[in-house]
Amino acid sequence: MTPIKHYPPKPRKVYFYGTCLVDIFYPEAGMDAIRLLEREGIEVIFPRDQTCCGQPAYTSGYHDEARRVAEAQLALFPDPWPIVVPSGSCGGMLRVHYPDLLADTPWAEAAEDVAARTFELTEFLLHVCHVKLDDRGDPEQVAMHTSCSARREMGLAETAPALLGQLQNVELSEQARAAECCGFGGTFAVRHPEVSGAMVEDKVDAIEATGTRHFVTSDCGCLMNIHGNAEYRRRALGGEHIASYLWRRTS
Amino acid sequence: MSVETYNPREFHRQAHDALGNPQIRANFRSAMDGLMDKRRDAFSDQDVERLRDLGANIRRRALAKLPDLLEQLEANCEANGIRVHWATDDDEACRVVRDICDRHGACSVIKGKSMVSEEMHLNEHLEAAGIESLESDLGEYLVQLNEQTPSHIIMPAIHLNTDEISGILHDKTGTERTRDVDTMTAAARSQLRERFMAADVGISGVNFAVAETGTLCLVENEGNGRMTTTVPPVHVAVTGIEKVVEHLRDVPPLYSLLTRSATGQHVTTYLNMISAPRQAGEHDGPEEVHLVLVDNGRSSIYQDDELLDTLRCIRCGACMNHCPVYSRVGGHTYGTTYPGPIGSILMPHLMGLEDTGELPSASSLCGACGEVCPVRIPIPDLLVRLRQEAVGEGRGNVPGAGAKRNKKELAAWKSWQWAATHPGLWRSGLAAAGRFRALMPAKLAPWTDCRTLPRPARTSLHTLIKRRQAQQGGESS
Repeated sequence: MTPIKHYPPKPRKVYFYGTCLVDIFYPEAGMDAIRLLEREGIEVIFPRDQTCCGQPAYTSGYHDEARRVAEAQLALFPDPWPIVVPSGSCGGMLRVHYPDLLADTPWAEAAEDVAARTFELTEFLLHVCHVKLDDRGDPEQVAMHTSCSARREMGLAETAPALLGQLQNVELSEQARAAECCGFGGTFAVRHPEVSGAMVEDKVDAIEATGTRHFVTSDCGCLMNIHGNAEYRRRALGGEHIASYLWRRTS
Repeated sequence: MSVETYNPREFHRQAHDALGNPQIRANFRSAMDGLMDKRRDAFSDQDVERLRDLGANIRRRALAKLPDLLEQLEANCEANGIRVHWATDDDEACRVVRDICDRHGACSVIKGKSMVSEEMHLNEHLEAAGIESLESDLGEYLVQLNEQTPSHIIMPAIHLNTDEISGILHDKTGTERTRDVDTMTAAARSQLRERFMAADVGISGVNFAVAETGTLCLVENEGNGRMTTTVPPVHVAVTGIEKVVEHLRDVPPLYSLLTRSATGQHVTTYLNMISAPRQAGEHDGPEEVHLVLVDNGRSSIYQDDELLDTLRCIRCGACMNHCPVYSRVGGHTYGTTYPGPIGSILMPHLMGLEDTGELPSASSLCGACGEVCPVRIPIPDLLVRLRQEAVGEGRGNVPGAGAKRNKKELAAWKSWQWAATHPGLWRSGLAAAGRFRALMPAKLAPWTDCRTLPRPARTSLHTLIKRRQAQQGGESS
């Protein structure tokens, strides 16, 4: 079970760990996340040498390789500022798996330290920044897909819906089996493409069945998967990272 | 009798077939949806997290003392008049059961539901020895009639719908075709009733074996378990060595967790507590009771501090009911006695990673299994550990470790590691990906078999931030 997290007061500065998927495919989502944090009066530090958290190798069973990459990331956060990650999956890697992966190594202490100050973006905005969002968009319905890592590994099923709930003109639509995986699962999508494909088709259908034309998610893996399948099937379902959605509606 | 067989090496092909079978898809989806709802409702009157903590601790404690508890169980069973046998593997377990049958000149066996006997392939073994073995659990009876194996550990015939069951009963037993479930159940019951009376030996499983009292607990709904363990003159209980619990008081919380997690029941129709054969002056019950304690790879799991958690399992099946993979491909696809998430962490120890190496990867690691496990087995973590065993050099004693080691894949991860630990190179790579994005192929199987391929952004986050910093620097100076 996810232990109860004690949230610190709002800090003056944070580190932003962008994640490799944001870096490569969705950089604007990263910029929007930074804008949301800066609007709260926080100075955002982007360690330039960040690459990947190591999760793809870790979940594939290549732990030696994952460990080397994780060690390189641990060196990026020398000052005691919180580390904000716009992804439940990479956030979960830092918070939950780094301590296990690096236990009994010279990096164990650093891993524990980084784990303790890692926050997922929506969690940080809600519980540390206590944001008050002012919706400036037109009335619309939107669906939320919470990633499995955010929901189960980090215990954050409620943070993104709570932020969306602050948007006065946005109605959050209720999908069937909302807690079910979209079928991404990192390398699972390419190792078991048919099973993954069946899962993502069901997810797209479930979101569409709500009548919603737009969904948001706090993980770019799920976004790539769900939106990719909707686009492949020529469905009129758009998707974006929640950081972009929140910034777009409130700026 | 030839039984339809599936093979864990053929997971991909079997998954392909199951996904393309609308009947299988619909049967599993509706059954699993129903079971998830029932579980949720069944725990609504309980502090489920506290109960899971309790269940996990009871099982942890039992495993911590396993060698001693097994000896205590043996001593107390023997004192009660239950004869205890030990079997190292499935072959030896089958031989023990057959020897008991032979001593009694048995030619007919009736079976209550037992997954360990499935693991032993006991039916085939007995039949090869000329002993007829009939399943009496309704679901097991149906899959046996249909020459199949169970597709779920609690509901063996969950892959069949009403019409299919009606067809099986009609074709194999001459029962009139009907869609009425009660009529079908009554027909099966009357067919089985005669066989209970005629059976020489009854074979059952065990849900909990209580060390302090030498009591065998058997949880069931149909009464076939009670019939199996009381009507024939000889009762043989087969179970894995991990099923032992320390105290009688450990049973109620585990029982509560089991029934609520498995079928969403607060209690089952029957909870049998077997502590001895028929005593002088008693009118029913078997004259002999035997307990066969089967290792079959379990003591090897026990040697590993992390993998040990696998043995906490109380076989409720909640992990498969909640698994988005299992609910789509069904149990047979896994090709193993225990399917779904628990099967994927257990079967590698029983069959080796050469055969089962694909199973731990057949999970999106969504965590739904770990979230519902009544004894908090960290199933996703163990799936990752077995992936590591499959592709690595093996740091435990999992049979077949390294079976999935592949030079090309290892080289790919080594290159990835090199790039991700050379940030300058990583940034150049990002810039190149953005610049040459138009050259990306539109299709990249298998991703694009059902999805479009995202193109790298023209400008990476690294570059966007660098530009912004340059601008801000310019503004401030």
